[in-house]
Amino acid sequence: MQIYLPIAEVSVNAFLLLGLGGMVGVLSGMFGVGGGFLMTPLLFFIGIPPAVAVATEANQIVASSFSGVLAHLRRKSVDLRMGTVLLIGGLIGAALGVQLFNTLKAMGQVDLLVKLCYVVFLGIIGSLMFVESLNAIIKTRSGKPPARKRHNWVHNLPFKMKFRTSGLYISVIPPALVGVFVGILAAIMGVGGGFIMVPAMIYLLGMPTKVVVGTSLFQIIFVTGFTTLLHATTNFTVDVVLAVLLLVGGVIGAQIGTKIGARLPAEQLRILLAGMVLLVCGKLAFDLLVMPSELYSLGAAGGH
Amino acid sequence: MIRLLCFLIAFALPAQAEEVVAGLSQDSVQITTNFEGSEILIFGAVKRAVPLPGGPPLQVIVTVEGPAAPITIRRKDKRFGIWVNNAAVEVDAAPSFYAVATSAPWADVILDVEDLRHSVSIDRAIRAVGLDREDRGSFIEALLRIKESQDAYLNAFGSVEVSEETLFKTSIQLPANLTEGDYKARFFLTRGGAVLDVHETNINVSKVGLERFLFNLSRQQPLVYGLMSLAIAIFAGWAASAFFRYFRF
Repeated sequence: MQIYLPIAEVSVNAFLLLGLGGMVGVLSGMFGVGGGFLMTPLLFFIGIPPAVAVATEANQIVASSFSGVLAHLRRKSVDLRMGTVLLIGGLIGAALGVQLFNTLKAMGQVDLLVKLCYVVFLGIIGSLMFVESLNAIIKTRSGKPPARKRHNWVHNLPFKMKFRTSGLYISVIPPALVGVFVGILAAIMGVGGGFIMVPAMIYLLGMPTKVVVGTSLFQIIFVTGFTTLLHATTNFTVDVVLAVLLLVGGVIGAQIGTKIGARLPAEQLRILLAGMVLLVCGKLAFDLLVMPSELYSLGAAGGH
Repeated sequence: MIRLLCFLIAFALPAQAEEVVAGLSQDSVQITTNFEGSEILIFGAVKRAVPLPGGPPLQVIVTVEGPAAPITIRRKDKRFGIWVNNAAVEVDAAPSFYAVATSAPWADVILDVEDLRHSVSIDRAIRAVGLDREDRGSFIEALLRIKESQDAYLNAFGSVEVSEETLFKTSIQLPANLTEGDYKARFFLTRGGAVLDVHETNINVSKVGLERFLFNLSRQQPLVYGLMSLAIAIFAGWAASAFFRYFRF
Protein backbone atom coordinates (compact mmCIF):
# COMPACT_ATOMS: atom_id res chain seq x y z
CA MET A 1 0.00 0.00 0.00
CA GLN A 2 1.57 3.25 -1.16
CA ILE A 3 1.21 6.36 0.99
CA TYR A 4 2.04 9.88 -0.17
CA LEU A 5 3.93 11.83 2.49
CA PRO A 6 2.80 15.49 2.53
CA ILE A 7 6.05 17.09 3.72
CA ALA A 8 8.61 14.73 2.20
CA GLU A 9 6.63 14.79 -1.10
CA VAL A 10 7.43 11.19 -1.89
CA SER A 11 5.29 8.10 -2.08
CA VAL A 12 6.39 5.10 0.00
CA ASN A 13 5.12 1.67 1.00
CA ALA A 14 3.26 1.87 4.32
CA PHE A 15 4.05 -1.73 5.36
CA LEU A 16 7.76 -1.22 4.73
CA LEU A 17 7.71 1.75 7.12
CA LEU A 18 5.70 -0.18 9.74
CA GLY A 19 8.21 -3.02 9.53
CA LEU A 20 11.23 -0.74 9.80
CA GLY A 21 9.65 1.04 12.76
CA GLY A 22 8.95 -2.25 14.51
CA MET A 23 12.45 -3.59 13.97
CA VAL A 24 14.14 -0.46 15.26
CA GLY A 25 11.60 -0.33 18.13
CA VAL A 26 12.65 -3.79 19.35
CA LEU A 27 16.29 -2.72 19.42
CA SER A 28 15.32 0.51 21.17
CA GLY A 29 13.51 -1.31 23.98
CA MET A 30 16.26 -3.91 24.35
CA PHE A 31 19.25 -1.61 24.50
CA GLY A 32 17.87 1.77 25.57
CA VAL A 33 19.04 3.40 22.37
CA GLY A 34 16.63 5.62 20.47
CA GLY A 35 17.44 3.75 17.27
CA GLY A 36 18.05 6.95 15.33
CA PHE A 37 21.53 5.87 14.28
CA LEU A 38 19.93 2.90 12.52
CA MET A 39 16.71 4.44 11.28
CA THR A 40 18.06 7.67 9.79
CA PRO A 41 20.39 5.89 7.29
CA LEU A 42 17.56 3.43 6.47
CA LEU A 43 15.22 6.32 5.66
CA PHE A 44 17.86 7.87 3.37
CA PHE A 45 18.08 4.52 1.67
CA ILE A 46 14.36 4.28 0.85
CA GLY A 47 14.42 7.76 -0.66
CA ILE A 48 13.24 10.13 2.07
CA PRO A 49 15.01 13.51 1.73
CA PRO A 50 17.77 13.68 4.41
CA ALA A 51 16.44 16.83 6.11
CA VAL A 52 12.98 15.28 6.52
CA ALA A 53 14.45 11.95 7.65
CA VAL A 54 16.52 13.53 10.44
CA ALA A 55 13.68 15.72 11.75
CA THR A 56 10.97 13.06 11.57
CA GLU A 57 13.24 10.48 13.16
CA ALA A 58 13.54 12.72 16.21
CA ASN A 59 9.76 12.70 16.51
CA GLN A 60 9.58 8.93 16.22
CA ILE A 61 12.27 8.46 18.88
CA VAL A 62 10.08 10.46 21.31
CA ALA A 63 7.32 7.86 20.89
CA SER A 64 9.43 4.72 21.16
CA SER A 65 11.43 6.12 24.10
CA PHE A 66 8.25 7.12 25.93
CA SER A 67 6.78 3.67 25.41
CA GLY A 68 10.01 2.11 26.62
CA VAL A 69 10.41 4.39 29.63
CA LEU A 70 6.89 3.55 30.88
CA ALA A 71 7.79 -0.12 30.87
CA HIS A 72 10.99 0.67 32.76
CA LEU A 73 9.21 2.93 35.27
CA ARG A 74 6.95 0.05 36.24
CA ARG A 75 10.00 -2.10 36.88
CA LYS A 76 11.54 0.81 38.83
CA SER A 77 14.62 0.71 36.61
CA VAL A 78 14.74 4.45 35.91
CA ASP A 79 17.04 6.66 37.96
CA LEU A 80 15.02 9.90 37.73
CA ARG A 81 17.58 11.93 39.65
CA MET A 82 20.44 10.82 37.42
CA GLY A 83 18.21 11.31 34.38
CA THR A 84 17.52 14.91 35.35
CA VAL A 85 21.20 15.70 35.82
CA LEU A 86 21.96 14.17 32.41
CA LEU A 87 19.06 16.06 30.87
CA ILE A 88 20.24 19.47 32.10
CA GLY A 89 23.65 18.72 30.61
CA GLY A 90 21.99 17.39 27.47
CA LEU A 91 19.97 20.52 26.77
CA ILE A 92 23.04 22.73 27.22
CA GLY A 93 24.96 20.38 24.93
CA ALA A 94 22.21 20.40 22.29
CA ALA A 95 22.21 24.20 22.18
CA LEU A 96 26.02 24.20 21.81
CA GLY A 97 25.80 21.44 19.21
CA VAL A 98 23.38 23.39 17.02
CA GLN A 99 25.81 26.32 17.04
CA LEU A 100 28.69 24.04 16.11
CA PHE A 101 26.58 22.41 13.38
CA ASN A 102 25.79 25.78 11.80
CA THR A 103 29.46 26.81 11.91
CA LEU A 104 30.45 23.57 10.17
CA LYS A 105 27.68 24.05 7.63
CA ALA A 106 29.01 27.47 6.76
CA MET A 107 32.46 25.91 6.25
CA GLY A 108 31.00 23.21 3.95
CA GLN A 109 31.40 19.44 4.05
CA VAL A 110 28.96 18.96 6.91
CA ASP A 111 27.78 15.62 5.44
CA LEU A 112 31.27 14.21 5.54
CA LEU A 113 31.84 15.38 9.12
CA VAL A 114 28.60 13.78 10.24
CA LYS A 115 29.61 10.50 8.62
CA LEU A 116 33.13 10.63 10.06
CA CYS A 117 31.62 11.35 13.47
CA TYR A 118 29.49 8.23 13.11
CA VAL A 119 32.38 6.02 12.02
CA VAL A 120 34.74 7.23 14.74
CA PHE A 121 32.30 7.12 17.65
CA LEU A 122 30.51 3.95 16.63
CA GLY A 123 33.88 2.29 16.00
CA ILE A 124 35.44 3.25 19.35
CA ILE A 125 32.36 2.54 21.46
CA GLY A 126 31.52 -0.67 19.63
CA SER A 127 34.98 -2.17 19.99
CA LEU A 128 35.38 -1.14 23.64
CA MET A 129 32.03 -2.60 24.59
CA PHE A 130 32.62 -5.74 22.60
CA VAL A 131 35.95 -6.48 24.27
CA GLU A 132 34.69 -5.60 27.75
CA SER A 133 31.53 -7.69 27.58
CA LEU A 134 33.42 -10.60 26.04
CA ASN A 135 35.81 -10.48 29.00
CA ALA A 136 32.87 -10.31 31.41
CA ILE A 137 31.26 -13.36 29.82
CA ILE A 138 34.52 -15.33 29.98
CA LYS A 139 34.91 -14.38 33.65
CA THR A 140 31.35 -15.44 34.48
CA ARG A 141 31.86 -18.73 32.67
CA SER A 142 35.05 -19.44 34.61
CA GLY A 143 33.12 -18.92 37.86
CA LYS A 144 34.75 -15.78 39.29
CA PRO A 145 32.31 -13.14 40.61
CA PRO A 146 32.35 -9.96 38.51
CA ALA A 147 34.05 -7.02 40.17
CA ARG A 148 31.42 -4.30 39.94
CA LYS A 149 32.29 -1.55 42.39
CA ARG A 150 35.37 0.14 41.08
CA HIS A 151 36.71 3.37 42.46
CA ASN A 152 38.26 5.67 39.90
CA TRP A 153 38.84 9.43 39.61
CA VAL A 154 35.11 9.92 39.02
CA HIS A 155 34.45 9.23 42.67
CA ASN A 156 36.82 11.89 44.00
CA LEU A 157 35.09 15.04 42.74
CA PRO A 158 33.06 17.59 44.75
CA PHE A 159 29.23 18.17 44.72
CA LYS A 160 28.47 14.59 45.62
CA MET A 161 24.90 13.41 45.33
CA LYS A 162 23.10 10.20 46.24
CA PHE A 163 21.64 8.30 43.31
CA ARG A 164 19.69 5.66 45.21
CA THR A 165 18.26 3.75 42.24
CA SER A 166 21.73 3.36 40.77
CA GLY A 167 23.26 2.65 44.17
CA LEU A 168 25.81 5.41 43.61
CA TYR A 169 27.17 8.29 45.68
CA ILE A 170 29.14 10.38 43.21
CA SER A 171 29.71 13.97 42.14
CA VAL A 172 27.16 15.53 39.73
CA ILE A 173 29.97 16.85 37.51
CA PRO A 174 30.68 13.65 35.52
CA PRO A 175 27.03 12.91 34.66
CA ALA A 176 26.41 16.56 33.70
CA LEU A 177 29.49 16.51 31.46
CA VAL A 178 28.36 13.23 29.88
CA GLY A 179 25.01 14.94 29.22
CA VAL A 180 26.65 17.96 27.58
CA PHE A 181 28.89 15.78 25.43
CA VAL A 182 26.01 13.58 24.30
CA GLY A 183 23.88 16.66 23.63
CA ILE A 184 26.54 18.11 21.32
CA LEU A 185 26.93 14.85 19.42
CA ALA A 186 23.17 14.37 19.24
CA ALA A 187 22.69 17.76 17.62
CA ILE A 188 25.49 17.16 15.10
CA MET A 189 24.61 13.58 14.23
CA GLY A 190 20.84 13.97 14.39
CA VAL A 191 20.28 11.11 16.85
CA GLY A 192 19.11 10.71 20.44
CA GLY A 193 22.61 9.76 21.55
CA GLY A 194 21.68 6.62 23.50
CA PHE A 195 24.42 4.57 21.90
CA ILE A 196 26.99 6.94 23.39
CA MET A 197 25.23 7.58 26.68
CA VAL A 198 24.60 3.93 27.58
CA PRO A 199 28.31 2.94 27.50
CA ALA A 200 29.28 6.23 29.18
CA MET A 201 26.91 5.49 32.08
CA ILE A 202 28.13 1.92 32.43
CA TYR A 203 31.87 2.45 32.12
CA LEU A 204 32.39 6.06 33.20
CA LEU A 205 29.76 6.44 35.93
CA GLY A 206 29.67 2.77 36.95
CA MET A 207 25.87 2.50 36.85
CA PRO A 208 24.29 -0.98 36.77
CA THR A 209 23.22 -2.00 33.24
CA LYS A 210 19.58 -2.58 34.21
CA VAL A 211 19.13 1.03 35.38
CA VAL A 212 21.13 2.50 32.51
CA VAL A 213 18.62 1.59 29.80
CA GLY A 214 15.58 3.22 31.43
CA THR A 215 17.53 6.30 32.49
CA SER A 216 18.93 6.77 29.00
CA LEU A 217 15.43 6.52 27.48
CA PHE A 218 14.14 9.07 30.00
CA GLN A 219 16.72 11.61 28.95
CA ILE A 220 16.30 10.89 25.22
CA ILE A 221 12.55 11.74 25.31
CA PHE A 222 13.28 15.33 26.29
CA VAL A 223 16.28 15.91 24.05
CA THR A 224 14.54 14.54 20.93
CA GLY A 225 11.28 16.32 21.81
CA PHE A 226 13.23 19.59 21.93
CA THR A 227 14.90 18.73 18.58
CA THR A 228 11.54 17.92 16.95
CA LEU A 229 10.12 21.30 17.92
CA LEU A 230 13.24 23.08 16.65
CA HIS A 231 13.05 21.30 13.29
CA ALA A 232 9.28 21.85 12.96
CA THR A 233 9.51 25.58 13.62
CA THR A 234 12.71 26.45 11.74
CA ASN A 235 13.08 23.98 8.85
CA PHE A 236 9.46 22.72 8.45
CA THR A 237 10.82 19.23 7.87
CA VAL A 238 8.85 17.09 10.34
CA ASP A 239 6.56 14.78 8.35
CA VAL A 240 3.82 13.71 10.72
CA VAL A 241 2.43 11.02 8.38
CA LEU A 242 5.87 9.41 8.12
CA ALA A 243 6.30 9.74 11.89
CA VAL A 244 2.95 8.05 12.62
CA LEU A 245 3.78 5.10 10.35
CA LEU A 246 7.20 4.68 11.95
CA LEU A 247 6.01 5.09 15.51
CA VAL A 248 3.09 2.65 15.29
CA GLY A 249 5.64 -0.05 14.50
CA GLY A 250 8.15 1.53 16.87
CA VAL A 251 6.07 1.64 20.07
CA ILE A 252 4.94 -1.97 19.69
CA GLY A 253 8.50 -3.04 18.95
CA ALA A 254 9.79 -1.14 21.99
CA GLN A 255 7.44 -3.07 24.30
CA ILE A 256 8.58 -6.40 22.88
CA GLY A 257 12.20 -5.27 23.06
CA THR A 258 11.89 -4.33 26.74
CA LYS A 259 10.59 -7.84 27.51
CA ILE A 260 13.45 -9.49 25.62
CA GLY A 261 15.96 -7.17 27.29
CA ALA A 262 14.69 -8.06 30.78
CA ARG A 263 15.30 -11.76 30.12
CA LEU A 264 18.79 -11.54 28.66
CA PRO A 265 21.82 -11.39 30.96
CA ALA A 266 23.45 -7.94 31.03
CA GLU A 267 26.71 -9.13 29.41
CA GLN A 268 24.90 -10.67 26.48
CA LEU A 269 22.81 -7.54 26.07
CA ARG A 270 25.96 -5.45 25.89
CA ILE A 271 27.73 -7.73 23.44
CA LEU A 272 24.69 -7.67 21.13
CA LEU A 273 24.56 -3.88 21.22
CA ALA A 274 28.31 -3.75 20.56
CA GLY A 275 27.89 -6.05 17.56
CA MET A 276 25.13 -3.90 16.15
CA VAL A 277 27.07 -0.68 16.63
CA LEU A 278 30.10 -2.21 14.88
CA LEU A 279 27.91 -3.40 12.01
CA VAL A 280 26.55 0.10 11.32
CA CYS A 281 30.06 1.54 11.69
CA GLY A 282 31.43 -0.98 9.20
CA LYS A 283 28.71 -0.17 6.68
CA LEU A 284 29.36 3.57 6.91
CA ALA A 285 33.13 3.10 6.67
CA PHE A 286 32.63 0.82 3.67
CA ASP A 287 30.58 3.52 1.91
CA LEU A 288 33.34 6.06 2.46
CA LEU A 289 36.15 3.77 1.30
CA VAL A 290 34.64 2.04 -1.72
CA MET A 291 33.99 3.89 -4.95
CA PRO A 292 30.25 4.65 -5.10
CA SER A 293 28.30 3.45 -8.15
CA GLU A 294 26.91 6.96 -8.68
CA LEU A 295 29.55 9.63 -8.17
CA TYR A 296 27.11 12.48 -8.62
CA SER A 297 24.35 13.58 -6.27
CA LEU A 298 21.63 16.21 -6.54
CA GLY A 299 20.80 18.68 -3.82
CA ALA A 300 18.75 21.81 -3.40
CA ALA A 301 20.80 24.83 -4.39
CA GLY A 302 22.13 27.16 -1.71
CA GLY A 303 23.91 24.98 0.82
CA HIS A 304 27.26 23.72 -0.41
CA MET B 1 -3.77 45.98 -53.24
CA ILE B 2 -3.81 45.90 -49.45
CA ARG B 3 -6.12 42.91 -49.57
CA LEU B 4 -3.68 41.08 -51.83
CA LEU B 5 -0.81 41.88 -49.47
CA CYS B 6 -2.76 40.50 -46.53
CA PHE B 7 -3.50 37.40 -48.49
CA LEU B 8 0.17 36.93 -49.32
CA ILE B 9 1.29 37.49 -45.74
CA ALA B 10 -1.27 34.97 -44.51
CA PHE B 11 0.12 32.38 -46.88
CA ALA B 12 3.73 33.26 -46.22
CA LEU B 13 3.29 32.29 -42.53
CA PRO B 14 2.95 28.54 -42.36
CA ALA B 15 1.82 28.72 -38.73
CA GLN B 16 -1.49 30.03 -39.92
CA ALA B 17 -2.01 27.14 -42.29
CA GLU B 18 -2.05 24.30 -39.75
CA GLU B 19 -3.02 24.83 -36.14
CA VAL B 20 -3.08 22.44 -33.21
CA VAL B 21 -6.20 21.96 -31.11
CA ALA B 22 -5.44 19.83 -28.07
CA GLY B 23 -7.07 18.41 -25.01
CA LEU B 24 -6.07 16.55 -21.84
CA SER B 25 -7.96 13.84 -20.03
CA GLN B 26 -7.60 15.97 -16.91
CA ASP B 27 -6.39 19.51 -16.33
CA SER B 28 -5.74 19.00 -12.64
CA VAL B 29 -4.06 16.26 -10.63
CA GLN B 30 -5.02 15.85 -7.00
CA ILE B 31 -2.48 14.35 -4.64
CA THR B 32 -4.33 12.33 -2.04
CA THR B 33 -2.88 10.16 0.73
CA ASN B 34 -2.89 7.05 -1.45
CA PHE B 35 -1.64 8.85 -4.58
CA GLU B 36 0.21 6.37 -6.77
CA GLY B 37 0.95 8.52 -9.77
CA SER B 38 -1.38 9.43 -12.57
CA GLU B 39 -1.61 8.75 -16.26
CA ILE B 40 -2.63 11.71 -18.38
CA LEU B 41 -4.21 11.03 -21.73
CA ILE B 42 -3.33 13.71 -24.26
CA PHE B 43 -5.17 14.05 -27.56
CA GLY B 44 -5.73 16.61 -30.24
CA ALA B 45 -6.37 17.46 -33.84
CA VAL B 46 -4.89 19.65 -36.53
CA LYS B 47 -7.11 22.48 -37.79
CA ARG B 48 -6.52 23.37 -41.44
CA ALA B 49 -7.72 26.33 -43.44
CA VAL B 50 -6.10 24.89 -46.57
CA PRO B 51 -5.92 21.47 -48.21
CA LEU B 52 -3.36 18.99 -46.86
CA PRO B 53 0.02 20.16 -48.11
CA GLY B 54 2.41 17.60 -49.56
CA GLY B 55 6.05 17.13 -48.59
CA PRO B 56 7.38 15.62 -45.35
CA PRO B 57 4.75 14.11 -43.02
CA LEU B 58 3.26 16.03 -40.13
CA GLN B 59 4.91 15.32 -36.77
CA VAL B 60 3.72 16.05 -33.26
CA ILE B 61 5.77 16.65 -30.11
CA VAL B 62 4.14 16.83 -26.68
CA THR B 63 6.07 17.98 -23.60
CA VAL B 64 4.93 18.12 -19.98
CA GLU B 65 7.08 20.18 -17.64
CA GLY B 66 6.94 20.47 -13.83
CA PRO B 67 7.87 23.58 -11.85
CA ALA B 68 11.58 24.39 -12.11
CA ALA B 69 13.99 25.01 -9.25
CA PRO B 70 17.73 25.61 -8.93
CA ILE B 71 19.71 22.43 -8.23
CA THR B 72 23.26 21.77 -7.05
CA ILE B 73 25.01 18.80 -8.62
CA ARG B 74 27.95 17.46 -6.63
CA ARG B 75 30.64 15.03 -7.64
CA LYS B 76 32.49 12.73 -5.26
CA ASP B 77 36.25 12.35 -5.58
CA LYS B 78 38.74 10.27 -3.67
CA ARG B 79 40.57 12.42 -1.13
CA PHE B 80 42.83 10.95 1.59
CA GLY B 81 41.48 7.48 0.81
CA ILE B 82 37.79 8.27 1.23
CA TRP B 83 35.10 9.41 -1.19
CA VAL B 84 33.95 12.93 -0.45
CA ASN B 85 31.87 15.55 -2.26
CA ASN B 86 34.35 17.68 -4.12
CA ALA B 87 33.34 19.62 -7.22
CA ALA B 88 29.87 21.14 -7.43
CA VAL B 89 27.94 22.83 -10.22
CA GLU B 90 24.82 24.90 -9.78
CA VAL B 91 22.05 24.75 -12.35
CA ASP B 92 19.87 27.89 -12.49
CA ALA B 93 16.64 26.05 -13.16
CA ALA B 94 15.87 22.40 -13.73
CA PRO B 95 12.28 21.18 -14.04
CA SER B 96 11.15 18.80 -11.30
CA PHE B 97 9.46 16.71 -13.98
CA TYR B 98 9.89 16.63 -17.75
CA ALA B 99 8.41 14.31 -20.34
CA VAL B 100 8.84 14.47 -24.11
CA ALA B 101 6.63 12.38 -26.39
CA THR B 102 7.10 12.47 -30.15
CA SER B 103 5.52 10.84 -33.16
CA ALA B 104 8.86 9.71 -34.67
CA PRO B 105 12.56 9.41 -33.75
CA TRP B 106 13.99 12.69 -32.47
CA ALA B 107 16.07 13.52 -35.57
CA ASP B 108 12.95 13.29 -37.78
CA VAL B 109 10.64 15.52 -35.77
CA ILE B 110 12.59 18.72 -35.08
CA LEU B 111 15.64 20.61 -36.22
CA ASP B 112 18.32 21.56 -33.71
CA VAL B 113 17.77 25.23 -34.35
CA GLU B 114 14.04 24.90 -33.62
CA ASP B 115 14.81 22.87 -30.49
CA LEU B 116 17.09 25.69 -29.37
CA ARG B 117 14.45 28.35 -30.07
CA HIS B 118 11.57 26.59 -28.29
CA SER B 119 13.56 24.62 -25.64
CA VAL B 120 11.84 21.34 -26.45
CA SER B 121 14.27 18.58 -25.45
CA ILE B 122 15.14 17.90 -21.80
CA ASP B 123 18.69 19.12 -22.43
CA ARG B 124 17.40 22.51 -23.56
CA ALA B 125 14.80 22.76 -20.80
CA ILE B 126 17.55 22.77 -18.16
CA ARG B 127 18.77 26.31 -17.80
CA ALA B 128 22.43 26.46 -16.82
CA VAL B 129 24.18 29.69 -17.64
CA GLY B 130 27.94 29.98 -17.50
CA LEU B 131 28.86 26.29 -17.52
CA ASP B 132 31.83 25.36 -19.65
CA ARG B 133 31.52 22.54 -22.13
CA GLU B 134 33.27 19.97 -19.96
CA ASP B 135 31.01 20.62 -16.95
CA ARG B 136 27.95 20.60 -19.13
CA GLY B 137 29.03 17.22 -20.47
CA SER B 138 29.61 15.46 -17.17
CA PHE B 139 27.38 17.25 -14.65
CA ILE B 140 24.29 17.79 -16.79
CA GLU B 141 24.59 14.22 -18.04
CA ALA B 142 24.62 13.04 -14.41
CA LEU B 143 21.56 15.18 -13.64
CA LEU B 144 19.69 13.63 -16.57
CA ARG B 145 20.81 10.12 -15.58
CA ILE B 146 19.68 10.48 -11.96
CA LYS B 147 16.37 12.13 -12.87
CA GLU B 148 15.68 9.46 -15.49
CA SER B 149 16.33 6.72 -12.95
CA GLN B 150 13.71 8.36 -10.71
CA ASP B 151 11.21 8.43 -13.62
CA ALA B 152 11.20 12.21 -13.33
CA TYR B 153 12.56 12.74 -16.85
CA LEU B 154 11.04 10.70 -19.67
CA ASN B 155 11.88 10.45 -23.34
CA ALA B 156 9.10 8.69 -25.22
CA PHE B 157 10.13 8.96 -28.86
CA GLY B 158 7.56 7.53 -31.23
CA SER B 159 4.82 7.25 -28.61
CA VAL B 160 2.50 9.83 -30.17
CA GLU B 161 0.08 8.19 -32.62
CA VAL B 162 -0.85 10.40 -35.55
CA SER B 163 -3.66 9.28 -37.83
CA GLU B 164 -4.46 10.78 -41.22
CA GLU B 165 -2.10 13.67 -40.42
CA THR B 166 -5.00 15.14 -38.44
CA LEU B 167 -5.67 13.36 -35.17
CA PHE B 168 -3.06 12.51 -32.56
CA LYS B 169 -2.98 10.96 -29.11
CA THR B 170 -0.50 9.85 -26.46
CA SER B 171 -0.35 9.30 -22.73
CA ILE B 172 2.19 10.44 -20.17
CA GLN B 173 2.74 8.74 -16.84
CA LEU B 174 3.19 11.12 -13.90
CA PRO B 175 5.18 9.37 -11.12
CA ALA B 176 4.01 9.06 -7.51
CA ASN B 177 6.80 11.37 -6.31
CA LEU B 178 5.21 14.50 -7.70
CA THR B 179 5.80 18.02 -6.46
CA GLU B 180 3.02 20.56 -6.32
CA GLY B 181 2.63 23.35 -8.82
CA ASP B 182 1.52 24.31 -12.29
CA TYR B 183 2.65 21.81 -14.88
CA LYS B 184 2.97 23.11 -18.42
CA ALA B 185 1.89 20.94 -21.36
CA ARG B 186 3.13 22.08 -24.78
CA PHE B 187 2.20 20.80 -28.22
CA PHE B 188 4.39 21.31 -31.30
CA LEU B 189 3.37 20.63 -34.89
CA THR B 190 6.33 20.16 -37.19
CA ARG B 191 6.97 19.37 -40.82
CA GLY B 192 10.46 18.53 -42.00
CA GLY B 193 11.78 19.60 -38.59
CA ALA B 194 10.31 23.11 -38.77
CA VAL B 195 7.81 24.13 -36.09
CA LEU B 196 4.43 25.08 -37.61
CA ASP B 197 2.40 25.78 -34.52
CA VAL B 198 2.74 25.70 -30.71
CA HIS B 199 -0.05 25.34 -28.20
CA GLU B 200 0.31 25.54 -24.43
CA THR B 201 -1.95 24.54 -21.57
CA ASN B 202 -1.59 24.07 -17.82
CA ILE B 203 -2.12 21.09 -15.54
CA ASN B 204 -2.58 22.04 -11.92
CA VAL B 205 -1.03 19.57 -9.48
CA SER B 206 -2.03 20.10 -5.86
CA LYS B 207 -2.41 18.25 -2.58
CA VAL B 208 -5.96 17.81 -1.32
CA GLY B 209 -7.69 16.71 1.88
CA LEU B 210 -5.47 15.58 4.74
CA GLU B 211 -2.31 16.19 2.71
CA ARG B 212 -3.34 19.80 2.08
CA PHE B 213 -4.33 20.34 5.72
CA LEU B 214 -1.07 18.97 7.16
CA PHE B 215 1.09 20.81 4.65
CA ASN B 216 -0.62 24.14 5.34
CA LEU B 217 -0.50 23.62 9.10
CA SER B 218 3.22 22.86 9.01
CA ARG B 219 3.91 26.11 7.13
CA GLN B 220 1.43 28.49 8.76
CA GLN B 221 1.38 27.21 12.35
CA PRO B 222 4.71 25.41 12.75
CA LEU B 223 4.62 25.46 16.55
CA VAL B 224 1.11 23.96 16.67
CA TYR B 225 2.19 21.39 14.10
CA GLY B 226 5.31 20.50 16.09
CA LEU B 227 3.37 20.20 19.36
CA MET B 228 0.76 18.08 17.59
CA SER B 229 3.50 15.76 16.31
CA LEU B 230 4.90 15.46 19.83
CA ALA B 231 1.44 14.84 21.32
CA ILE B 232 0.82 12.04 18.80
CA ALA B 233 4.20 10.51 19.65
CA ILE B 234 3.60 10.65 23.41
CA PHE B 235 0.07 9.28 23.04
CA ALA B 236 1.23 6.41 20.81
CA GLY B 237 3.99 5.56 23.28
CA TRP B 238 1.55 5.54 26.18
CA ALA B 239 -1.12 3.58 24.27
CA ALA B 240 1.32 0.81 23.33
CA SER B 241 2.57 0.60 26.90
CA ALA B 242 -0.97 0.50 28.37
CA PHE B 243 -2.04 -2.08 25.81
CA PHE B 244 0.85 -4.40 26.60
CA ARG B 245 0.36 -4.05 30.35
CA TYR B 246 -3.36 -4.81 30.02
CA PHE B 247 -2.75 -8.02 28.12
CA ARG B 248 0.43 -8.91 30.06
CA PHE B 249 2.34 -10.23 27.11
